[in-house]
Amino acid sequence: MSALTVRDLTKKFGPVEVLKGIDLEIGTGEFIVLVGPSGCGKSTLLNIIAGLERQSSGMIEIGGRVVNDVAPKDRDIAMVFQSYALYPSMTVRQNITFGMECRHEPKSKQDAAVADVARLLQIERLLGRKPSQLSGGQRQRVAIGRALVRNPLLFLFDEPLSNLDAKLRVEMRMEIKRLHQRIGATIVYVTHDQIEAMTMATRIAVMHRGQVQQFADPDTVYRYPANLFVARFMGSPPMNTMRARLEAGNGGPVAVIGAGRPDEVRIHLQRYDAAASFVDREVVFGIRPECIAESSRMFTGAAPIIVSAPVEMVEPTGAETIVLLRLGGEAAMARITPDLRPTPGACADFALDTRRICLFDPETERLIT
Amino acid sequence: MTGELSVAMQPGRSAISGLLRRLPEQLMIWVPLLLAAGHIVSFALWTIWISFTPSTLVPVSGWVGLRNYTAVLATRNWQIAFNNLLLFGSTFVLLSLVTGLLLAILLDQRIRGENVLRSIFLYPLAVSFVVTGTVWSWLLNPGLGIEKLVHDLGWISFRFDWLIDRDMAIWTIVIAAVWQSSGFAMALFLAGLRSVDNELIKAAQIDGAGPVRMYRRVILPTLWPITITVVVIQLQFAISTFDLVRALTNGGPGIATQLPALVVYDLMFQRGLLGRGAAAAVLMLLILLAVLLPYAAWRFVKRRQAGHA
Repeated sequence: MSALTVRDLTKKFGPVEVLKGIDLEIGTGEFIVLVGPSGCGKSTLLNIIAGLERQSSGMIEIGGRVVNDVAPKDRDIAMVFQSYALYPSMTVRQNITFGMECRHEPKSKQDAAVADVARLLQIERLLGRKPSQLSGGQRQRVAIGRALVRNPLLFLFDEPLSNLDAKLRVEMRMEIKRLHQRIGATIVYVTHDQIEAMTMATRIAVMHRGQVQQFADPDTVYRYPANLFVARFMGSPPMNTMRARLEAGNGGPVAVIGAGRPDEVRIHLQRYDAAASFVDREVVFGIRPECIAESSRMFTGAAPIIVSAPVEMVEPTGAETIVLLRLGGEAAMARITPDLRPTPGACADFALDTRRICLFDPETERLIT
Repeated sequence: MTGELSVAMQPGRSAISGLLRRLPEQLMIWVPLLLAAGHIVSFALWTIWISFTPSTLVPVSGWVGLRNYTAVLATRNWQIAFNNLLLFGSTFVLLSLVTGLLLAILLDQRIRGENVLRSIFLYPLAVSFVVTGTVWSWLLNPGLGIEKLVHDLGWISFRFDWLIDRDMAIWTIVIAAVWQSSGFAMALFLAGLRSVDNELIKAAQIDGAGPVRMYRRVILPTLWPITITVVVIQLQFAISTFDLVRALTNGGPGIATQLPALVVYDLMFQRGLLGRGAAAAVLMLLILLAVLLPYAAWRFVKRRQAGHA
């Protein structure tokens, strides 16, 4: 069954079109992450799904029921906010039961529900406290508890982790994922953090300028970004993209970066038949930083291409060394083993994994193959 | 430029030049502060001292202990003034609070013409109390104002003569004062309502709170600090009210609307009893402190809590 269907949804604020025809089909039990830079419309979309804002046109269906004109409280949803939005004058217990109080549910049922949720989230000790007496992580837990207690068809999360410090964010990220696996709820989660998207989602909807650029599982989004925006947005550091010229070669096309320069790089591509029509044309050549490594690296399955390239800068992160280098004059990032620190200014040999290279049409910016 | 820099570089001298450079700002802060504090504190102390002397028309030295105080406290004038203050202070603060809050909630509904209405409601604050008092004394005068208007419209038996009614006259002051200052309460409350976290309202909407429950349980509780501020400001205004009453009823009919500030004025400048007037003024100061000290203590505790959190 489809838990949430969004069809041809638009939203205008005056003359500004914030959402331009959004279509999403989300199954029960999915963890969908809406990700994109600020101003891409992801929070507006979430607010419209929640019923807190009215769409300009289009249709929303939750659990098979059209909810276009249904009030937020009757949509059978629960929402967790960035600022947690805990009622400051109420205790944790009252915060959790407020929704049930509004629906006039019996006290005994409220108590049982609070007890269940508190046990699940381990917040039993906090039930008598006010939100101001809680730490950021505890507030987040209570906010999640307030959503859980409703047992809705759909959970909506609006950047719930962005107010937490880095360490706590990683912890809560895992906790939310674990929670999803345990209770099997359907979740729509908004974030601008692509790592959250990659780690938690069953499917990611990458949004930009009011449109869904790609809606697919994390691996697909990462390996086969639908267009240049997705390629450059997902991944940290992002995918290297550079202009290249495609030439015909034995067994497949050859991508030439910096064609005509003395330091041009020729990369032989295998199994890139879809690119045949781009032979003798310009393309955008995309390669993930982890596909450029030190020359001794063995990539599983294929022999790497070794290229020599000048090193511009070295950033040791501890777990790896990030190298900024020049491939045929174009800047690129490489992730090499932490033991190596190439000298900036000198040339070094790098191994290129050619199996996961992406080619984009420079005009439409769409993925060719 | 380079000279200044080299001076600043030298140890020892740098402290002096630093002080010199900050001198204008220091003067700006300390001179007015000291002058104001000096005025307020010195005159307050002087008044306290006078209240223990047998001064009448002119200040004289001498010591009469608490005799001025017992004399003032025993007068019917002061007793009425004090009772009036309790009645006026409590009803005025309560009514202006309720009116201000209601206006703020109504204005908060994103209505058209909000700016115009806000200015209109806030406008009485720009009018001096003497003007407010005078205008209301005309409006409430049975022969000139509302009663006359209704009579002229044909309702002959209509009576609205609180201004000249010994028991009701104090309420006319409440009406005028509420009219004057509920706009102020409204402005503060409106600012408070607007600063409520938008996500809090969204959360309550999803929880299914209707408008009444939304205000009662979610929004209004966040307005406590503002409410207390408004109460304290209005109370200290109520305690020191003088010009409004002077213009509206002048303490009358008889002494029915007497307030402490009027008693002080009456004793000092009309009866020439400086000592007793000073004693009454000190009593007013004590009433004021009874309001302000708990407020200061509350602020202090709040800040300590915030510091610990």
